[in-house]
Amino acid sequence: MSHPFYVFGSYGFAAFMILAIIAWIWIDGRLRRRELAALEASGIRRHSQHSPESKTK
Amino acid sequence: MSDITAISRFSDLANPTRFLAFSARLIPWLAAISAVLFVIGLYLSFTTEGDYQQGDTVRIMYIHVPAAWLSMMCYTIMSMSAIGTLVWRHPLADVAGKTAAPLGAAFTLIALVTGSLWGKPMWGTYWVWDARLTSVFILFLMYLGLIALNRAMDDPSKAARVASILTLVGFINIPIIKFSVDWWNTLHQSESIMRMDGPAIDAEFLWPLFTMALAFTLLFFTLHLMAIRNEIWHRRIATQRRMAARMAARED
Repeated sequence: MSHPFYVFGSYGFAAFMILAIIAWIWIDGRLRRRELAALEASGIRRHSQHSPESKTK
Repeated sequence: MSDITAISRFSDLANPTRFLAFSARLIPWLAAISAVLFVIGLYLSFTTEGDYQQGDTVRIMYIHVPAAWLSMMCYTIMSMSAIGTLVWRHPLADVAGKTAAPLGAAFTLIALVTGSLWGKPMWGTYWVWDARLTSVFILFLMYLGLIALNRAMDDPSKAARVASILTLVGFINIPIIKFSVDWWNTLHQSESIMRMDGPAIDAEFLWPLFTMALAFTLLFFTLHLMAIRNEIWHRRIATQRRMAARMAARED
């Protein structure tokens, strides 16, 4: 292969960036859901959650 | 009557709760198709022929071009979201615009770095301040500016309005990027794929390029949907914390 440093450098950088974004968004989602579940477990709910079906119909 | 039903279905989707349910069903499919396309695209990227002049550095194009395409598509999506925020004041439009900015910045950075790594062996330099490279660099700075602006304000609706105006003003840069290679004499090559008279590159390079472009695009939509969900949850948490604080104050 010609210019392996530039080719693998490019793919390596792109892979690193993409994996970093996937990890960041995935971890952020898990943390948010856990936080929301903890709040709901402590009895704090949104108004709409008291009667979910009546609001959406 | 059917028009009214269609509009009502579309607006139902724009409801954050319905969006969460809809995206939960869609994300695994998008992620799986994107992953399969990446496997095929990467296989094609490293098994097809190199270019007779560029050698194997042509393989850098299979990630550089899709990343550059996404950098512009992402900003276009943000501009449409900005119109949704300013005209219809739709909360999901604001969330979509805000969450797209970090993704746009990341893909723009990938395009800049991979372009530089291709430029060194082919042009003899990592960087040159020509119209295409400079306008893409400005796009990257605009993404960073919009991320900073959104984070600098505590009130999400105020931040959304200001960021939307700035996003729309910055949209002028998108046609400048697209046509910079035609309007000015640039070191960057002129358009070779989306041309009126068809692509100017060989099918040997087109297949890996299209597969990777599709994989990148589906990856972007997967990540964007996930990021929108995260932001909806983030705002719900903030609302619930405010409610809890209000309830606690009343009890005191």
